[in-house]
Amino acid sequence: MNENRSSRGSRGTRQEHRPARWRHLRQRQGLVAGVFLLPAGFGFAVFYLWPALRGLWMSFTDYSLLRGSGELVGLQNYRDLAADALFWHSMYVTTVYVVLNIGSQTVLALVMAVLMDRLTRSALVRSVLVLPWLIPQVVIGMLWLWMLDPRLGVVNHLLELAGIGRQGFLGSPDQVVPTLAGINTWRFTGYTALLLFAGLQMIPRYLYEAAALDGAGEWRTFWRVTLPLLRPVLALVLVLSVVGSFQVFDLVQVATGGIGGQPGGPANASLVIYVYIFRQAFSFHHAGYAAAMAVVLAALLAVVTFLIMRGLRGSRSDLA
Amino acid sequence: MRESTVTVPDNHPAAPVEWPAPPARRRPTEPRHGGRWRPSRAVAWLVLILMMVATLLPFYWILRTALSTNAALFTGDQSALPPEPTLVNFRRVLGLASAEEVRAAGGSGAELEFWLYLRNSIIFSTLVTVGQVTSCAMAAYAFARLRWRGRDAVFYLFLSALMVPPIFVVIPNFVLLSELGLLDTFAGLAAPYFFMTPFMVFFLRQFFLGISTELEDAARIDGAGHPRIFLRICVPMMAAPLTTAAILAYVIAWNEFMWPLVAGNDPSVRVLTVGLSVFRSGQPQAAPDWTGLMAATVLGALPVILLFLLMGRRIVDSIRFTGLR
Repeated sequence: MNENRSSRGSRGTRQEHRPARWRHLRQRQGLVAGVFLLPAGFGFAVFYLWPALRGLWMSFTDYSLLRGSGELVGLQNYRDLAADALFWHSMYVTTVYVVLNIGSQTVLALVMAVLMDRLTRSALVRSVLVLPWLIPQVVIGMLWLWMLDPRLGVVNHLLELAGIGRQGFLGSPDQVVPTLAGINTWRFTGYTALLLFAGLQMIPRYLYEAAALDGAGEWRTFWRVTLPLLRPVLALVLVLSVVGSFQVFDLVQVATGGIGGQPGGPANASLVIYVYIFRQAFSFHHAGYAAAMAVVLAALLAVVTFLIMRGLRGSRSDLA
Repeated sequence: MRESTVTVPDNHPAAPVEWPAPPARRRPTEPRHGGRWRPSRAVAWLVLILMMVATLLPFYWILRTALSTNAALFTGDQSALPPEPTLVNFRRVLGLASAEEVRAAGGSGAELEFWLYLRNSIIFSTLVTVGQVTSCAMAAYAFARLRWRGRDAVFYLFLSALMVPPIFVVIPNFVLLSELGLLDTFAGLAAPYFFMTPFMVFFLRQFFLGISTELEDAARIDGAGHPRIFLRICVPMMAAPLTTAAILAYVIAWNEFMWPLVAGNDPSVRVLTVGLSVFRSGQPQAAPDWTGLMAATVLGALPVILLFLLMGRRIVDSIRFTGLR
């Protein structure tokens, strides 16, 4: 802005000014950092840290959303939970859902990512594949509710043409969980594939050339080069998708129980853990009990994350 | 300002520093194995194209349904094109159709106050985006550019919030807002996302770590303070990633469902996702208004799709683990 300042920036004088200035700046950085962190720190303290501690506390109380208060009841909620058949049922339903969803989604995404890696880096292809991920889950739920409608849905129409016959899908107690897993696979495969694709791009090309020179075919190259080197990224993708899958909510809330029915249906067949916690907290006002279930879920997710990272040695790369 | 206050070293590019190119750019387009496996390449393309078709077909089908009449649907017509194409459903959802038209179209009477919910969604998403990107960019600057004791510990504390399932904090946050009397207000609705999300802090910190510090060092030596360095150097250099961050924040806020469902169920602040689910559960079981539902569904996803058509490339390129290994 003024000549004085800009001339000071020339190389000769800069060296002389540096030590004193920098020591001065270093001392002030703590203060400056405090100011820069003020808004985010406030948000973290008030809407993450404090509620997490409060949630933990609530899990030891009989807190009711109706009364707006609760008394300490010790471990009562956790004892209730251990004896609650519906809790174990919802854990089972969620686990089945996660296994089906992650299984299909990861395999398909891996295929998709390898195909993209080999064929194209077109942004259009990637955009199309990732589109369902950007659409609200509520919209996705309504879309499939209609497509899979037992009477008028196009999927059942096609199945009938193929001679397979109509299926209940979201209205059938046996099929609702696999159907939800299928819908979520449709929604997330593209996104997962993009993460894996980015990981594949980091594998040096010369390794493929070396494998080809050694006469390795596509199949062998995939198992011996691609997959081992993709392992750290694969571990992270798995953590992300497994943890996300355990927390399925929007889709179940909108797409199950039929039109106008109770979410989690039919007959609690799709009562995933999030829907059950939500129901206990906001329909029955049992916030203390719901908080206890959320604590158990959080602990479970931490263990699952640890096991995946450990099992796939996700924090170490063979490339380094 | 740049030419006088900040002296750019000779070897430094004068143009805004380019955000590292997507990794894809490193690799040439030609097939890795030349012409060695042409037939299998064709098969691979076929599979990829089938996957794209499978991704897009359901979207076509809701559009097709939204353009049909309920009367035509109930005959069981499954033709690829809408049997009697009409825009009446969109007009119904947008409140532009007359009462007779609504009745003739088989409307169930379930009301979707589309414009109100659209307005609410826009207010909510805009509030969240502006607040979140601003405060997370500042936090990212503190984590990536300043040296202070305990920096990494605080950063990992922030990151640890990623491990907390949202429902775990939704219940206490709901209690907090009701104590503050902020339920069913935009302030209360936006507050938990307004100041930070762990993801956004992490995302932006990665970008700050990725750009060169030379310009900042030069400015610092020229006596510029941190607020000025942040606003005049970092923000302009980070324009591209900040835009990406803003788009992501907007889309994520737009799609938010559980929190607005509990904290903003009053129609005055009800967002589109919650409105759609209420519209759905208000349907009669015998004869749901499918065409109206699908028209509402299309309109509910439209803003996100438009944003994606304009900025898709940025979003697609941002999906990866930035340096997180």
